[in-house]
Amino acid sequence: MDICVCVKRVPGTGSTILLTDDGMNVDTRHLGFTIGPHEECAVEEAVQIVTAHGGSVTVLTAGPPEAEEQLRYALSLGADRGVLIDTGPEELDAEQTASALTQAIRQLESGGSRFDMLLFGNESADASHYQVGIRVACALELPMVGGVKGIQIDEAAGTLDLRRDAAGGIEVYRTPLPAAVAVAEGLNLPRYPSMRGRLRAMKARLDTVEVQLEPGGLRKRGLRRPAEQGSQTVMLGTGPEAADAVADVLEELGVV
Amino acid sequence: MTVLAIVEHDGGVPTAGSLQAVAVAAQVGGTGSAEAVAFGPGAELLRPRLVTAGVARLHVLEHDLLDDYSPETWGESLAQLVGQLRPDGVVAAGTDRGNELMAQAAARAGLPFAANCVAVDGGTGTSPAWQLTRARVGGLLYEDADLTASVKMLSLAAGVEVATAPSAADSHELPVEVFTPELPADFAYSRVVERAGHTTGVTLATAPVVVSGGRGVASAEGFAPLEELAELVGGAVGCSRVATNNGWRPHSDQVGQTGTRIAPDLYIACGISGATQHWVGCMNAKAILAINTDPEAPMVTRATYAVIGDVQDVLPAVIAAVRRRAGASTGRRPALT
Ligand SMILES: Cc1cc2nc3c(=O)[nH]c(=O)nc-3n(C[C@H](O)[C@H](O)[C@H](O)COP(=O)(O)OP(=O)(O)OC[C@H]3O[C@@H](n4cnc5c(N)ncnc54)[C@H](O)[C@@H]3O)c2cc1C
Ligand SMILES: Nc1ncnc2c1ncn2[C@@H]1O[C@H](COP(=O)(O)O)[C@@H](O)[C@H]1O
Repeated sequence: MDICVCVKRVPGTGSTILLTDDGMNVDTRHLGFTIGPHEECAVEEAVQIVTAHGGSVTVLTAGPPEAEEQLRYALSLGADRGVLIDTGPEELDAEQTASALTQAIRQLESGGSRFDMLLFGNESADASHYQVGIRVACALELPMVGGVKGIQIDEAAGTLDLRRDAAGGIEVYRTPLPAAVAVAEGLNLPRYPSMRGRLRAMKARLDTVEVQLEPGGLRKRGLRRPAEQGSQTVMLGTGPEAADAVADVLEELGVV
Repeated sequence: MTVLAIVEHDGGVPTAGSLQAVAVAAQVGGTGSAEAVAFGPGAELLRPRLVTAGVARLHVLEHDLLDDYSPETWGESLAQLVGQLRPDGVVAAGTDRGNELMAQAAARAGLPFAANCVAVDGGTGTSPAWQLTRARVGGLLYEDADLTASVKMLSLAAGVEVATAPSAADSHELPVEVFTPELPADFAYSRVVERAGHTTGVTLATAPVVVSGGRGVASAEGFAPLEELAELVGGAVGCSRVATNNGWRPHSDQVGQTGTRIAPDLYIACGISGATQHWVGCMNAKAILAINTDPEAPMVTRATYAVIGDVQDVLPAVIAAVRRRAGASTGRRPALT
């Protein structure tokens, strides 16, 4: 199983989201960057699959050169190879992102060996376009299922069984391999990087790929925070002495 | 103008989100512009409901491969329909399936797609772009954007409020047009092999009260009083991502951006700081009670009610108080402890 996992460098956020002065981006001066939880699960799953079935895990990102940090993080979790598509400091739209990833995957596959599986997060943690993985899969003519919380591989049959939540239950899809899958948190419990993994990742050589980009049809004009209804918190007290006041509230709300 | 609305339905009963999509299609395009698109068996049963919603025409997609949902076959079919009708726009509900279907269709038709819009302005004749606002980070951040395309494809964030179009002449017969897509035999696609319902009971998504715990609960065992209180009030237990990541609770209990978004009557947040990604999952609760040692925690300052204290001290006292009253109100004497 050769697996390619696409991860995105996204801003960390605290209890309120601060914006840059021009309102175009999230202010990251205090909180730095991360990869989204869905993508952490994608990396973890790829590492587990390759541990069980053999093969290799490639992590791929399109972003500024600093996105190297996120590739190294994935390497510290056990990925074998990191590939950066340097697309500069501006946030790409979903069509551009998908085009960049598609071109890069074609280049990585140009030696003749195809990836058996492409893994994506269900949606990116910052832009949440819900589509980059689907666009890549479509361009490469691969079947694609999103929101996946369970992957079972039948190597002999060359198929995947993909479980996801559905209204009021679950549904399982079967796809032929090669295939693309967008996963959701809950698929597994991602490990923390080990010291050895971190050392290895620090020293690893990363590959870079160059692509041609044209803007797509959705253009961001700016970000803003929706008005928050200011609430006045009613303090019910401190410690166990507050219990009666809490019970009053529960009665008032009709829950007891 | 013609704007298509994707109507998800269960045997002819449209989902609430689909009716919002119809309303937005009518609003953006003006009277008589909204046409509906539905898949699968039973779509014709939608006619009476769609006529009252102001829909001018119903397109039904039919093919052997479309009877059960598959993202690729449905997406390819929608792309073919869009290619033939060349509407000005396509609107769907931003459900998991709605977004997946629209992204598939947009990718195949070579069109952009704006997911989870909260406002849409079809603009004037002078500007070819539609101006819209998208929800990011589950609605804690808005993105204003221009959508420029021959066909504008978008989905609506859950809970977008739209005035439903006045049901004009509802007596006319709704014209139905059947569209049969071409799906090549060697088409690579996924197919459903199993469907199962959850066992019934109180679920996180529908419980009237959710008692939720975070890092402040400190361990899996620490959730015992939360479970007891939840049981007592007929509620469910929730948790923060820290609790999930530590293996104290299953991910299905997680509230937030990458967990479940809930809107209970009361959300009790125990030892949860209130990071944005958690807040977005519980902010639609009618009331929030925060129990936290830190009076400055964002969950405390944003909550309706707060108790400052250690969750392991406060909850047992609350449980005892609730039991006392339950005993009193049913005329039973409180159990001796
Ligand atoms: C893209 C992304 C998506 C995410 N999605 C989610 C999500 O879906 N859901 C989610 O929850 N998080 C999510 N997170 C994580 C989120 O940012 C926070 O890290 C997380 O919510 C913090 O959990 P917490 O409040 O339990 O822990 P902390 O932030 O550590 O807060 C613990 C709180 O407990 C209080 N406390 C400590 N001891 C006690 C005690 N004895 N009694 C009472 N109170 C006590 C402290 O004062 C503090 O306020 C996401 C993060 C990212 C980057
Ligand atoms: N810049 C990027 N680089 C690599 N992968 C990306 C990038 N943007 C999005 N993706 C992948 O596509 C998924 C869906 O993103 P989105 O369509 O933005 O919601 C993410 O979870 C990633 O796996």
